[in-house]
Order: sequence, then C-alpha cells, then structure tokens
Amino acid sequence: MSEVYGESGMVQQLTTGERQNALVIIVCVFVVGIAMAAAGGSDPLGVHGVIVLLFGAGLAALVMRSYYEPEPTQDRPSHYYDDPTKVGIALTLAWAIFGMFMGVWTAAQLAWPDLAFDAPWSTFGRLRPTHTTGVIFGFGGNALIATSFHVVQRTSRARLAGQVSPWFVLLGFNLFCVLAVTGYFMGVTQSKEYAEAEWYADLWLVVVWVTYFVLFLRTIARRKEPHIYVANWYYMAFIVVVAILHIVNNLAIPVSFGQAKSYTIWAGVQDSMVQWWYGHNAVAFFLTAGFLAMLYYYLPVRAQRPIFSYRLSILSFWGITFFYMWAGSHHLHYTALPHWVQNLGMTFSVMLLVPSWASAGNALLTLNGAWQKVRDDATLRFIFVAVIFYGLSTFEGSFLAIRPVNALSHYTDWTVGHVHAGALGWVAFITFGSIYTLVPSLWKRERMYSPVLVEVHFWLAVAGTLIYVFAMWNSGILQGLMWRTYTQEGTLAYSFLDSLVAMYPYYIARAFGGLLFLLGAIVAAFNIWMTVRAVPATVDRRTDVPETGLAPGAAATPAE
Amino acid sequence: MAELFHRKLERTAIGFVVAIIAAASVGGIVEIAPLFTIHTTVEDAPDMRLYTPLELAGRNIYVREGCYACHSQMIRTLRDEVERYGPYSLAVESKYDHPMLWGSKRTGPDLARIGGKYSDFWHVAHLTNPRSVVPESNMPAYSWLARTALETEDLGRHLRAQRALGVPYTDEMIANAAGDAFGQAAPDSPFAAGVTQRYGEKTQVSGFDGVVTQLTEMDALVAYLQVLGRLTDAAYSNTAAPEQAPNPTN
Repeated sequence: MSEVYGESGMVQQLTTGERQNALVIIVCVFVVGIAMAAAGGSDPLGVHGVIVLLFGAGLAALVMRSYYEPEPTQDRPSHYYDDPTKVGIALTLAWAIFGMFMGVWTAAQLAWPDLAFDAPWSTFGRLRPTHTTGVIFGFGGNALIATSFHVVQRTSRARLAGQVSPWFVLLGFNLFCVLAVTGYFMGVTQSKEYAEAEWYADLWLVVVWVTYFVLFLRTIARRKEPHIYVANWYYMAFIVVVAILHIVNNLAIPVSFGQAKSYTIWAGVQDSMVQWWYGHNAVAFFLTAGFLAMLYYYLPVRAQRPIFSYRLSILSFWGITFFYMWAGSHHLHYTALPHWVQNLGMTFSVMLLVPSWASAGNALLTLNGAWQKVRDDATLRFIFVAVIFYGLSTFEGSFLAIRPVNALSHYTDWTVGHVHAGALGWVAFITFGSIYTLVPSLWKRERMYSPVLVEVHFWLAVAGTLIYVFAMWNSGILQGLMWRTYTQEGTLAYSFLDSLVAMYPYYIARAFGGLLFLLGAIVAAFNIWMTVRAVPATVDRRTDVPETGLAPGAAATPAE
Repeated sequence: MAELFHRKLERTAIGFVVAIIAAASVGGIVEIAPLFTIHTTVEDAPDMRLYTPLELAGRNIYVREGCYACHSQMIRTLRDEVERYGPYSLAVESKYDHPMLWGSKRTGPDLARIGGKYSDFWHVAHLTNPRSVVPESNMPAYSWLARTALETEDLGRHLRAQRALGVPYTDEMIANAAGDAFGQAAPDSPFAAGVTQRYGEKTQVSGFDGVVTQLTEMDALVAYLQVLGRLTDAAYSNTAAPEQAPNPTN
C-alpha cells in the first residue's frame, strides 16, 4: 500500500500514535487560528486567523479520513521516508507557477500600469512581494526542504529521524508562505525586502525552522557514514544561518496583539544595515548555500562522476560561510551608512569571488569528461547552465559591489537583472535539474514522461533568462547613464521622466522573457504530473534503502 | 594538516554546526554592533521633529502600499543626485524611522526631499491618477485612498509602540493622537492648535485632500509626503553646496 500516493497512503505511513500526535498538533494550530480570529476581528490578523483555522481543519480532515486505516508494517525503518519529499515537489511546482505568474504580471504592470485595474490589492507595490516571496520562499524554500529530506537520507544512509516532524516542517513552512502572500494582498507588510511577513507569521516560522533544524541534525546523527557529506554542510549552513538572520532582522513590537501591524525595533541607519545584512545573506544562505547543496548531490548523481576536488569543496564552503556575512553593506554605498562599513562590504564582496568561483570551477571540472552527456541530456544541461550562471552572477555581484560601479548601477534595473541572472539562471535551473533527476527515481519510473518536453522547457528557460537579463542590463545601464549625464553647460541633461520613457521597450522585453520562463515552468509541471501518473516501471529499488540491519528483501512486502 | 582537521570536524554534527555559527557571526557583529556605539554614526540635529500622528499614519500607508519598492528615500553623496534631488541624506534624518525606507530601486524618483516641492493639490491629483499630471508615468493609481476613511482610533497605540522603541513621544501626544490627526487636516477646527503646540510651529496644518469634513487615507499620505526631508534642516547646513530648505506657501 505504500506504493499508493493518495493522502490515505501517506497517513498510512504513520502509526496510530503518530496519527494522534499529528492530530494534537493540528488541533493546537486550529486553536491558535481561533484565537487570532477572535483577537483580530476585522483587522487583517482576524482574516489570517480564519486562514490558519481553515488550514488546521483541512489537515485534520485529511488525517481523520484515514485514521482507521491499517498501520504501517514492521519493516518501515528499512525504507527511506520520501512522502514529504513528494508532496514538497508538488508544492514547489505550484509555487513556481504562482510566483512566476505574479512576476510576469508585475513586470507587465511596469509597461502597462492600467493592469492594476484600479483596485487596492492589485497595485504593483502590493503584488511585488507576492512575486518575491512566491518564488524565493514558495518555490525555492519548498525545493530546499524537499531535496534536503531526500539528500540527507541518501548521503547518511539513514531514514529521516521523525515521522510527523517532516510534515510539520513542510506544511508549517507552507502555512507561513500562505500567510505572507495573502497578507501582502491586504497590505500587511513590514516593508523589509524579502522579510515582509508580519510578526505572527515570523514567530510561526521560528517554530517551524527550529523543528527543521532538530530533524535535520538528528537524521545526520543517525548516519551510517563516518563523514558528513558536503551537500549536508550546505544544508546545515542554510538552516542555521537563515534562523539567525530571520530572528535578528524581524525583531519587532506589535502595535497590539489584536493587530497585524508592528514596528521593527531597529531604526534608521542601524535598520538599513541589519536589513541588508539579512537581505544579502538571504541570497547567500537561502539562494546560494541551499542550492549548492543540491548541486553537490544531484550533479554527481546525474553526471555519474564524483565531485572533482574535496579540497576545493572545503575552501569554497568556509569561504562562503565566512565572507558572505560581511558583504551586505555593499547595498548601501554612498548612503548615510558610515564609510568604513561600506569599505568592509566592498572588500569582502570582491574576496567572495574566490570561494564562489571555487564552487563553480569544482562543478565544471566534475563535468569535464562528461561533455557528451551535457550535450545529450537536457537535465544535466539544466545543471550545467546553472553552474555557468552561478559563476556569471557571482562575478557580476562582486563587480557591482565595487563602489564606483555601484554608483552607476544602484537603484537601476541592473540590480534587478543581476538578481534574475542568479534567481532564474542559477536557482531555478539547478532546481529543475535536480527535480528532473529526482522525480523518476522517487516515483520509480524509468525516465520522465517526455524527454522532449524537458528539452522544450530547457530552451524556453534559456531564452527567457537571456531576454530578461539582456533587457535589464540595457535598461539599467542606460538609466544610470542618463541620470548622471551633464550638458556642456554643466546642467543635468535628462529629467527623471526622460529616463523612465526610455525604459518602456525594455520593460516589455523583460515581461516577454519572464513569460517564456513561466511557460517553461508550466511545461515542467505537466511533464512531472504525467510522469507521476504513469504506470510504475518495475525498476529494482532494493539498493535504494537505508542501512538498518534488516533484510532488504522485506522492503517489498506490502502493508496489507 | 588543515585537511586532517577538517576530516575530524566533518565527523561531528554538533561541532560542525558550532563552527558554522562561529564563522558566520563575525561579519555581522563587526559591522553592526559599532553602529550603536560610535557616536558620529548619527549626526546631532537639535531641531529634529517627530512625525505627527497623521504623518505616521501616512507613513504606514506608504509602507502598506509598498511605495518603497519603486521610490528610494536616500540621496547618495553623488553630484548628480544632489543636483537632482537636493542635499544628500543624513543618518539623523531617519533616526526615528522604524523601519527605515531608504529603498533599493528607483522606478520612480527619490522622495527623500519631496516635501514642499509640490502643492497638496498636485499630490492629490497625482495619486488619484498619475497620468493626469504626468502622462508618461507608469505609477499605479491610488484613487481609492480619497474614498477610504482613515483609522485614527488606534493611533495612540501606534505612538506608544514607537515610544517603547525609543521615539520620544510624550504622554500628552499619545493621549491626543486621534484628535491631533484630525486637527492637522482641519485647519479651522478647534483641534488644529494642539498639533502645532505639541509637534512644533513648522508642522504643516492644511486640508491636504481638500475635504476638511472627513479625514481620509489621502490626507494622511499627502501629509507624510509633505514632511519628507523637512523634519530637520541639518542636511542643508551639512552639504558641500548649502542651500535653502524649500518654504512653500500652499
């Protein structure tokens, strides 16, 4: 029965005791929802209370429906626990489509402002964080959680150290994302970029994240390997440092416990430094470290070659962990932030190129000798392009952090182009490469439903990324130059409005590039859905089990 | 040798986590902690005013609508920026800003010194439909702000929360927050006098959206936009090219 992937099959993987534990947690969530709804009333907090209690009610119904199903068999510990990863992949794709759609919409609004339809919830300012949260936390976060559960088990040759806690982490994280995004539509925001969610959602995320940390660490403690594999170093750094960043940046005092609105404890110049220390290291430890973990596992698996250099892995890991945390102040060049902090930020940003390129080089040298595979296999090509864009955007990042360069680029679309070179070219490419590697093995299929559609997705994604990034390079540099151009009489040559008018063609091109990328994600979701629906091939998976001492033959026994 | 050490380190999960925390903490501590202790980080500005309740409410609308996504409030120390927008921004100008709204992107122009540069009437027309006054603009329209009554009943709580964070609002300011918000947008009402008495003679008391009978979110947002860059004159004496602060007569 464990081969059935409805929710009843997933609940059946829990013992009666675990089902009860799950229900207790769900009831607690439900009660918190009621309390929020009661305290909030007509405040957005009240609306969020209703969302929380509906979330709890829905989950309770799922568990109750299968509550009296048979218990899992005794051989459960001799399987890896992949149900949360499967659901995590589905959520990753759902958030990808939502987040990228919001991106295309907001991009189109910059070219055609009437696409806000004169409603409060659909203006650019409210939609923009739904895009950033949707893709960074919804798409990226779910991909990280799902793959981390998969990778840590394989590289430790041990089953996840919990039955209910992986679900708590995955679903709890998604509740956070839902609260964040629905809040933005209602105007609930702290205005801290990439940390817009309000105090109660932030508190909830702390609970979820601590559970994630404990679960991950306990699974590693179960490992049958003496050494912790490189991918897990990165996952650990991702989990630990994101917790530190999240807590420090989000310290705030709510106006009252019945209101969504809060005021951050940080003010002015200190707030700017804390915010960009957070913001840049969200890039470092959410969008870099976590995805490097994927790279270090799925690249060698897909290419069937070991990582080129262990020493380079060590160098780049500690370089990234140490240097990145100094780099945030390059977001604040020429501002009221003291000069010495700007200098430190610039210096460490330039030094960051060394560990960044050590990672990229290590990955490329791993591929060296497997270039025919890169040519033939679109999935491996996703990973290859991800590495290229990782190298490119880390170089660009160090370059833009140099103060005089930043004088031109800051506040312009160049920054936006840089971010998307990283987010589309690196983060999304490595994620799709990993998912295409993972899905057939996870659902025990021989291959994806359609390799042609993987190829179609690849070229849509490449075209979309290139169009997007080239449009933003052009618009950003043009904008920066127009702002600083003087006439021969020594007056500013262009009004701000002149520079805006010059942007329109690029804004249209950018929206088109984003649309291509979104279409690619939809193709991926269709292809993966069809792969999951296909009749399982009889692939022998007996080698893909944790080491428990039990006879692996028992693994094939069905639950009934 | 180093490699040997690492081979030991990567055999212990707790040790590895501790090493990550140690390596990752240094940068933040070195760069952030001194910002609280080095006195010159934030300049002195004895004339620094506080946001009135109406301006604070307007600031919260600015936050709610995500205006910071397209407008910075930080003029950099670059010649073209100073000539385009005015004296470069000082740290003291945002010392009461929880959170700061320096921004990171200029799809629209910087707003650090927008206060007093345009009339209230222009702001209302522009927010209602930006393309009616700037045909090429790509800013969203915010016409519904003028139709939405401003929530004032909880403003005292907002001021109290701000005071808990170190903004020096007095008990009197907190007690009169709702009345002061109304009074600032109703110059002929009995509430108007208390506003300038509590927040200073330079506080702009006016009809903002042109309708004095009802206090709307448009009043609050325009009041906030009109105070931007005018809480202190420190920036005008601190710049390489000193100039007069704008003194509009609208």
